[in-house]
This record gives sequence, C-alpha cells and structure tokens, in this order.
Amino acid sequence: MTTLELTARPKAARSAPSSRSRTLDKQQGKRSVMRTMGLAGAVGGVIFLLAGCVNVTAPDKPIVIELNINIRQEVIYRLDADAANTIEENPEIF
Amino acid sequence: MRTPLKTFAAPAALALVAALGGLGLSVAAGAQARDPAYAAAKAAGQVGEKRDGYLGVVGTQGADIQALVRDINNKRRAVYTSKAASLSSTIDEYAFTTGCRLILETSSGEKYQGLDGSWKTRGAGAPERDAKCP
Repeated sequence: MTTLELTARPKAARSAPSSRSRTLDKQQGKRSVMRTMGLAGAVGGVIFLLAGCVNVTAPDKPIVIELNINIRQEVIYRLDADAANTIEENPEIF
Repeated sequence: MRTPLKTFAAPAALALVAALGGLGLSVAAGAQARDPAYAAAKAAGQVGEKRDGYLGVVGTQGADIQALVRDINNKRRAVYTSKAASLSSTIDEYAFTTGCRLILETSSGEKYQGLDGSWKTRGAGAPERDAKCP
C-alpha cells in the first residue's frame, strides 16, 4: 500500500522535466530512497524477527541419558572394595 | 520379707534378659535373611541383576514380583545414597560399581543384564560385563 505511493511520486515528477523540477525530483528521489530504505529496513526487521523464532517441540520419547557418560573409571576402582562390603552387610537386598 | 523379694527379683531379671536377647536375635535374623519370595524369584530367573546396580523384572511378571523389585530397589538406592555420600562419589557411580560385583556374584541359572541390555542366564563361565567393571 505504502509502496505504491512511494513509486508513484518520482514518476510524476519525471513526466515534466525542467531544471527546477529536476532538482525537486532529485530531492524527492533522495527522500523516497531514504523512505524505501526505511521500509526495507522495517520489512527486513520483520523477516529477521520471523527467522529468529526458534520452534521448540517436546520429544515424544523420554530422554535417555547414556549410563557410560556418568561413570568415571577411576572412581569405580576406588569404590569397588566398599561395594563388596556393602553387599556382604546387606544380604537381604542383594 | 527380704528373702521372698530376692527370690522373685532374680528370675524376673533373668526373664527380662532372655526376652531382650530373644528380641535382639530376631531383629538380627530379620536383617540377615533374604526374603524367601525374593530368593525364589531370583533362583527362578524372574528377577535379574541390571548393569546399573539395581534389580530388574525379567519378562512379564505379576504385580507381586514387580512390587518386590520396586521395594528392593528402593532399599538399595537408600544404601547407595548414604555410601556414595560418605565416599564423595555419585549415587550412579556407587550403584554401577556394586552392579559389577552383583553380576559377577550371580549363581548359575540366575539372570543378569548383558552388554546389549538383554537378559542373560549365568552359566559356568564368567558373565558378560561392562569394560569399566574392575
């Protein structure tokens, strides 16, 4: 809607060429260029905002954390002797 | 007057000691003995040792077996939690280490979780264990 108005003005000026109208045309052209740039900026901003939207969808399956990641090898060696005692001390649950 | 009191007091004290001793014994026995239902389920391969140090239900079992496994795992988690805290490790690490031993200690015919996650029956040889096991 605004775009039509902007492009129409310089065209009308061009149809009657004269030195005065040419400078006017130049000024108007500058202004219209600036306006167009502003509009382009606004449109670009909207597109940027739209593109910037991150869609987060919840996974349908439960997240499974790999067991191996949490287990550190050196710790296991340290715990081993204690684990043996634990099993011996709690035979009702092991 | 004094003599009858004494003669009464001595057996009473003895009885008290005997009662306390009996109570202590039964409590100790309760902590030691494995629940017969658990022992039976384990021997029958209805429950198995998982790689993470907890008990698992093998295949489809009744609600009683499922409740049994849940109960034992709750108790195990409590033990793992307190032990892990005292040794400044994570609960998962302590549970995993215990699981390594529990799989190693399975008797022939008992179930354990193999490396691919499926249930294996312990045979005469060494069980399939994680490379991280000590």
